[in-house]
Amino acid sequence: MNRSMPSGSSVNSARSAVHPREFLMWGFLVSVFMLFAGLTSAFIVRRADGNWLQFELPQAFAISTLLVVISTVTLELARKAARRNEFSALRAWLLATAVLGMAFLASQFYAYLQLTGQGIFLVGNPSGSFLYVISGVHALHIVAAVLAVLVTLYRAYRWEVHSKSLLGLRILAIFWHFLTILWLYLYTFLWWMH
Amino acid sequence: MSTIAHSNDPTHGHSLHTHDPAHGHDVHGHHHKETFITKYIFSQDHKMIAKQYLFSGMLMALIAAGLSLLFRLQLGWPDRTFPWLESIIGEWGKGGRLDPNFYLSLVTLHGTLMVFFVLTAGLSGTFSNLLIPYQVGARDMASPFINMLSYWLFFLSSVIMLASLFVESGPASAGWTIYPPLSALPQAIPGSGLGMTLWLISMVLFIASALMAALNYITTILNLRTQGMKMTRMPLTVWSFFCTAILGVLSFPVLLSASLLLVFDRSFGTSFYLSEIYIAGEALTRTGGSPILFQHLFWFLGHPEVYIVMMPALGLTSEIIATNARKPIFGYRAMVGSLLGISFLSFIVWGHHMFITGMNPFLGNVFMILTLVIAVPSAVKVFNYLATLWRGNIRFTPAMMFAIGVVSLFISGGLTGIYLGNAALDINLHDTYFVVAHFHIVMGSASMFGMLAGVYHWYPKMYGRMMNEKLGYLHFWLTFASVYLVFFPMHFMGLDGVPRRYYQFTGFEFMTEWMDMNRFISVSAIMATVAQLIFFYNFFHSMRRGRVASQNPWGSTTLEWTTPVERLHGNWPGEIPHVHRWPYDYSRPGAPQDFIMQTVPDEDLPMAVRGRPTNEAVSGAGVPERVTASTDRPVSASSVFFARFLHRIGLRRA
Ligand code: HEM
Ligand SMILES: [Cu+2]
Repeated sequence: MNRSMPSGSSVNSARSAVHPREFLMWGFLVSVFMLFAGLTSAFIVRRADGNWLQFELPQAFAISTLLVVISTVTLELARKAARRNEFSALRAWLLATAVLGMAFLASQFYAYLQLTGQGIFLVGNPSGSFLYVISGVHALHIVAAVLAVLVTLYRAYRWEVHSKSLLGLRILAIFWHFLTILWLYLYTFLWWMH
Repeated sequence: MSTIAHSNDPTHGHSLHTHDPAHGHDVHGHHHKETFITKYIFSQDHKMIAKQYLFSGMLMALIAAGLSLLFRLQLGWPDRTFPWLESIIGEWGKGGRLDPNFYLSLVTLHGTLMVFFVLTAGLSGTFSNLLIPYQVGARDMASPFINMLSYWLFFLSSVIMLASLFVESGPASAGWTIYPPLSALPQAIPGSGLGMTLWLISMVLFIASALMAALNYITTILNLRTQGMKMTRMPLTVWSFFCTAILGVLSFPVLLSASLLLVFDRSFGTSFYLSEIYIAGEALTRTGGSPILFQHLFWFLGHPEVYIVMMPALGLTSEIIATNARKPIFGYRAMVGSLLGISFLSFIVWGHHMFITGMNPFLGNVFMILTLVIAVPSAVKVFNYLATLWRGNIRFTPAMMFAIGVVSLFISGGLTGIYLGNAALDINLHDTYFVVAHFHIVMGSASMFGMLAGVYHWYPKMYGRMMNEKLGYLHFWLTFASVYLVFFPMHFMGLDGVPRRYYQFTGFEFMTEWMDMNRFISVSAIMATVAQLIFFYNFFHSMRRGRVASQNPWGSTTLEWTTPVERLHGNWPGEIPHVHRWPYDYSRPGAPQDFIMQTVPDEDLPMAVRGRPTNEAVSGAGVPERVTASTDRPVSASSVFFARFLHRIGLRRA
C-alpha cells in the first residue's frame, strides 16, 4: 500500500491536488449516488401511480441513524489520532467505528423484524418491497465499509497508518462519511414519503 | 517527489525494464521479469489491455454477426428448410427450421452482444485504453490494476453471456431491452428462465467492469496529463472518451438499479414491474407493480448508452479526418462544445423511446422538443467534418474511407432520428422496421465504421506494421455498399408498418409483399459478413507480414507517434515529452513539414510560423483560423464559428 502510485502520479506532473486514488473514490461515489438516485426516483414514479400501501417507518431506523452519525465522529477522532501518531487512540477509535458500523447493521436488521411484525414483507405491495431493497442495498455498502475499516485497523496494528501515511485512511473516511450522508438522505426521503 | 526526477532521468543507470515506472512499484530496485502470464494474460499495461479488448470485441462481433445470419435466413426464406441447421444448433433447428423461440433468443443476443460487448466494451475498451495514456502523455492508466480487473470482469461477463447460448431452455429472449413482464416471468417464454438469469448476472458484471474502466479513464485524463497538455490542447479523441466515460459513470448505475429490481421480481417474488397479468388464462397473484417503471429506468441508461457507443467513433473520426485531410479540424471548440452538449442532452431525452406508453402528452412534447434539440449539436459535428474535408488535401487511406463512411452514416441515420423524435409520427413508426433501420445505420454501422477506421489508423501503433491497403479498400467498399443495401430498404418496410421482432412475415398480405425485399436484405447481410472476413484476414496476416511501420506513418501531430515503434512498457524510453501546441497544426505555411507535432516548441520553428495560427496561416483553405487552443486571447467560439460559417458560404470575406 505504501508503494508510490502507479505510473503517472509519480512520473507525470500532477494535475490536481487530489491523489488519483482519492479521485477514483470520488468517481465511485458518483456512481453509487446514481444507483440510489435510480432507486429513489423509481420509488417516486411508482408511488405516483397509486395503489400504494402507507405504513409507519420502523422506529429502529432512528436508532440506526444515531449510530451511523456517531460513527462518523469516531472515525474523525481516529484520523486525528493518526495525524498525531497516537497509535493506541487510533486503534481504539477505528475499533469503535467498526463496532458502530456493525451495530448499525444489527439495528437495520431489527428494523426489518419490526416491519415483518407490522405485516410488511419483501413480497407484497411495492411500497414495502422498495423499503427493503433500498435499505438493503445501502446496508451492503455499509458491510463493505466495515470491512474496509477492519482492514485499516489491521494496517494500524502493523504500523502502516501514521502521520506520513494517511491516504488510505482519508479515502476510507470519504467513503464512510458519504454512506452516512447517503443514509441521512434515504431516511429523510423515506420519512417524507411515508 | 524525488522519484520523479529519478525515473525521468534518462542517464540513470537502470535499463527501462528493470525500473519500469509504469508498474507502480517502488522505483528503487525491484527487478522483475515479465512472464507470459503477466505480459499477455494478467497484463496491467494499457496497450496490452487495449488489445485484449480488441480481440474480445472482434470475436464477439463475429459471433453476433453469425447469430444475425441465422435469423436473416429465417426472414429471407421462411418457406425453406435448411437441414444443416440441425447439425449446428441441434434442437433449435429441428427439421431444418429455426425454432420460433430461438429466433427471439438470437435477436436478443445479437442486440446485446453488439450494443454492449462489441460497441461499448470493444470500442471504448480498445481505444480509450490505447489512446488515453498515449495521447495525454502518461505512462499508463491512473490505476493499471483496476484496469486489468475491469478487463477480466468483462471477460467473465462475456463467458457467462455466451454460456447462456447453451442452456437447455435457451438464452434470454425478451430483446436487448429486456422489458418485463416478458423477461420477469419464466412461465412467459422459455428464454425467461435460466437464460434470462444468466443475462442478468452477466450484465451486472459488465456494469461493474464498465464503471471501473470509466472511472479510470476520467481519472487519467484529469490527473495524468503531461506538462503543457491543457484540456484545450487535448485531441478530440480524448475529449470524446472523456465524455463517454462520464456518461457511463452516470448512467450504468441506473441500469444496475433497474436490473436489481428485475432480479427481485424474478427470484424473490416481489412485484416492482408486475401487475394484472394473465398467463395461460390464469390471473397472476402478483399485482401493484408497473412495467412502465422499467422502461423509465432502462432508457435512462439506454439513451446515454447509444451515445456511449457513438461518441468514441466520432472522436476517432475527428482525428482521422483532420490527419488525412491535412487540415486543422474545423471548429475545435465547437467540436468539444457539441460533445458536451450531446452528453448533457442525452440524459433528458429518454422519453422518446416511450411515446406510446400512454405518457402524458405534455410530457411527450417536452421529450420531443429536447430530442429535436439534440439534433443541433449532432449537426454541428457533421457540419464541421464536412468543413474539415472541404478543400482539404485528402489522402484516402482505408482509415479515412471508413471515417468518411461514419460521417455518411451519421447523416443518414440522424435524419431518420428526427422523424422518430416527433411524438405524432412515432405512433406509426414505433416498433417497426423504421426504428431498426434508424439505429442500425446511426449506431450499429456508424460506430462499427468508427471502430474499423480506428483499427486501420492505429494498427501501426499496436503492431508496428501496416495493414494491407488494397484489402482495406475492398473491405471498405463491400461493407459500405452492403450496409446501405441491408438497412436502407428497411425504412420503407417500416413506413409500410412492418413490425420488428416477428418470426416470419407470412401472416398478413401487406407483409408478404415485402418477401422479396427480405430475401434481398438477407443476401446483402451475408455479403456484409463475408466482407468482414477480408478484414480478419488482413488483420492477422499483417501482424506478421505487413509492411514495417515507421514511427509516424501518417504524419500525425499527437503524442502517441512520438513513442518508439517497438512498444515499451511505460511508453517513452526517456522523459515524457512536453506539449507546446494544440493537436491540429496541419499545413501551416512556412513550416518545414505539413504538420507540426504537439511536442515542437515555437523556438524550433521559423519565425513566420511562431505563435498562434494567423489568418493567412491556414492557406490550405484560406480561411480565418483563429479559434485554436493556442490562442492566448479568448475568442468566443460561437462568434468565430459563425464568422467562419458566413465565410464558407461566401457571405463574408476573409
Ligand atoms: C438526431 C439525433 C437522433 C434522434 C432525434 C433520435 C431519435 C430516436 C427516437 C425517437 C427513437 C425511438 C423510436 C421508437 O422506438 O419508436 C430512437 C431509437 C433509437 N435510436 Fe435514435 N435518435 C438520434 C440519434 C441516434 C444516435 C446517434 C444513436 C446511436 C448512436 C441512436 C440510437 C438509437 C437506438 C439504438 C434506438 C432504438 C432502441 C430500440 O428500441 O431498440 N439514435 N431514436
Ligand atoms: Cu434515444
